[in-house]
Amino acid sequence: MKPTRLIIVAVGGQGNLLASKVLGEAALMADIPVRMSEIHGMAQRGGVVESAMVFGDARSTIISDGEADVLVGFEPSETLRALNKCNPRTTVITNMAALPPFTVAIGRGTYPDLDHLKRLIAEKTGRLIAFDAAELARAAGNIMSVNIVLLGALCQTGILPVSDDMVRRAIQTRTKAAFVDTNLKAFDLGYQAAAA
Amino acid sequence: MHKLLTNQPGQKVLLLGNEAIARGALEAGVAFAATYPGTPSSEISLNLFQVAQETDLYFEYSTNEKVALEVAAAAANSGLRSMCMMKHVGVNVAADALMTLAYVGTRAGLVVISADDPYMFSSQNEQDNRYYGKLSGLSILEPSSVEEAKAMVPYAFDLSETLREPVILRTTTRINHSNAVVTLGALRPPQTKGRFKKDPFHYVTVPAVSRQLHARLLETVAQAQALAEESPYNFEEGSGTWGVICNGVSYTYVADAIQDLQLEDQVRVLRIGFSHPLPAERIGTFLSGCEKVLVVEEGEPYMEEAVKAFAQERGLSLPINGKGPTLFSRLYEFDPAMVRQKLADYFGIVCPPSAVPDLSDVPEIPQRPPTLCAGCSHRATFYAVKKATEGMDVIHPSDIGCYTLGFLPPLSMGDFVICMGASTGSAGGFAQATSQKVVSFIGDSTFFHSGIPGLINAVFNNHDMTLVILDNRTTAMTGHQPNPGVDMQELKLDGYGHVALEPLVKAIGVPHVVTIRPYQLKKSIAAIREAVEFEGVSVIIAEEKCALYAKALRQLRGKPFRVSDRCQNHRDCISELGCPAFYLEDDRVHIDADICIGCALCAQVCPENAIVPVKSTV
Repeated sequence: MKPTRLIIVAVGGQGNLLASKVLGEAALMADIPVRMSEIHGMAQRGGVVESAMVFGDARSTIISDGEADVLVGFEPSETLRALNKCNPRTTVITNMAALPPFTVAIGRGTYPDLDHLKRLIAEKTGRLIAFDAAELARAAGNIMSVNIVLLGALCQTGILPVSDDMVRRAIQTRTKAAFVDTNLKAFDLGYQAAAA
Repeated sequence: MHKLLTNQPGQKVLLLGNEAIARGALEAGVAFAATYPGTPSSEISLNLFQVAQETDLYFEYSTNEKVALEVAAAAANSGLRSMCMMKHVGVNVAADALMTLAYVGTRAGLVVISADDPYMFSSQNEQDNRYYGKLSGLSILEPSSVEEAKAMVPYAFDLSETLREPVILRTTTRINHSNAVVTLGALRPPQTKGRFKKDPFHYVTVPAVSRQLHARLLETVAQAQALAEESPYNFEEGSGTWGVICNGVSYTYVADAIQDLQLEDQVRVLRIGFSHPLPAERIGTFLSGCEKVLVVEEGEPYMEEAVKAFAQERGLSLPINGKGPTLFSRLYEFDPAMVRQKLADYFGIVCPPSAVPDLSDVPEIPQRPPTLCAGCSHRATFYAVKKATEGMDVIHPSDIGCYTLGFLPPLSMGDFVICMGASTGSAGGFAQATSQKVVSFIGDSTFFHSGIPGLINAVFNNHDMTLVILDNRTTAMTGHQPNPGVDMQELKLDGYGHVALEPLVKAIGVPHVVTIRPYQLKKSIAAIREAVEFEGVSVIIAEEKCALYAKALRQLRGKPFRVSDRCQNHRDCISELGCPAFYLEDDRVHIDADICIGCALCAQVCPENAIVPVKSTV
């Protein structure tokens, strides 16, 4: 199976690792080869958390610059920062709800203009799906489900070799029982947003 | 039941590399495990700590890596299969024990895990611990994948018992922190009680004994080399006259490159997984069949130098390269595209570069460095120290932990950091060598780990310095592991002792000791000023539980704050504290109530008293 490479970038605490775990479990259930790597440690103190997932026949667990087939960004400026992982064919899915780093608040940087950011990403990659995932997470009943909203959007693109059903099953079995219903709703809202 | 205790051989599960290593140890019948936490090794310990609460496995968080290895060495020499895990720099701490333990050896299997961190994702250096194999004479195993990491642990235990020596399993971050699908093997019930058989002419390393033991060690190294020659972990793939010798994760990048470039019939790969002692014969035979060889290894040219020496011994003059200005760097980690490109260039193959978009018109994106959490008590202590020493010329040696991040603006508290515990030793040196004031910082766990001897040194040599012990009641950085100052009852764990900091520091003979509550800003500033003005050694214990840990224990009581209309936009809160709960909107300061834990530090800093509890009506 030809490898499909996915990068997920997020800010510490946004649930990136759970999202990749759900996808990994879905791949395992479907007997699709999967490997992933993540960054722990210092990155957890409010820094950037990046996970890489490689589906299909490859041995590496990390993804080089220009080699992601899909980039999912949980925060717009982090999506922009990860553009080096993309190429002109990459599909980019990004949450548009900004979480400016504290460096902006203390005057050590300017947060990029969101319209400009969207234009830049669209120009340099194959396809851009951008929407406010935080709003959909709230609509689903849990602001913490931004990660699952974006998983829904990712599944809608059909780029990954895992089926929507498998991801839904992984959400049912691998996320906390109390959150399964809101997570499934979040998944569907993200799925619809990407289809729109 | 803990997921690593699933006894269904053949079942496929998705595991983190560190979980796979812990599972490998359980499949090897590990009975005894000791550690000091350190990224990227920490989850091995976390999982075994949890498993120990459900099984007969003995697990301990030791005060430092040297103690952990000593504890494990005794257990292994009493007949228990033992494991000791640490990050790469932890092996430096344990090295004194390790070097002579290699002379003494072990009765039951003893596996030492060294988790190296190329690129320094969460470390102060990227030393290549394969050299510890050469230095100590111990065998080194290096997995290339998560599955192999699990498989290598039982192999390492068997090898250790065959050689009667500890075996080092060396990983890198990309093994520890990768996930892959692993097939479970059978769990082996451990033997949990041992007996130490006295044999002083083997165990007591006085010179006359050690002279014998060193000779025995060299025989063991020769025996280990013979095993490395036959080991299934040193294997060849592909065919052709171009050779690649590689190890660890580099092997996976090489394998992907060969597949992408369709070089299976041109490139022969020798993967080295048993890397000390290197299989000289096997490498020699491999070289004889090659016209040109590329050595692909992260870190130092450990294999490259040896391979060149083996070629010289056989009178082979083929080109052998690895590190070099146009080839691989000794810096940082490799990645698949880099290895593919270098491999193609070296063998003269065309390889189209990856199509990275032109990013020259992307505006500068504001940095998002890791930072002290909202409400972190370290921020309050740093700010209090800053205020207490305003106008003074102060050096701030610091140490390894979350609080290392205090070196960043706006707090800028941290001037010299080298290794665990160095804040106490270096503080004395700065005090003696300069006429600057010295106020150094160390965390509670790091103080227990290796800060205490430096403080004793300061008392004995009468250095004029102030040590601030940032006592957040846990080992926060690596994920809230217990340390000797932690109240284990809070974790509902019985059978532990407790070491209180203040009596300990007083017992050392520190003449001026005071404990502060850092959220009480005025009192803290006054106490710190007094300690700094004291001539001689003074210690401040800043006691406040890590906010994340308190939250996990459901002990957080604070209510969030907000910025009221009284705000005159001085922005002292933001510019002096840099708390991530603050943000600007329409040029006004706001507090994110979802992040604020109500530590009230900012409320004490605001000149207008404009920061008030969310429910207050000011």
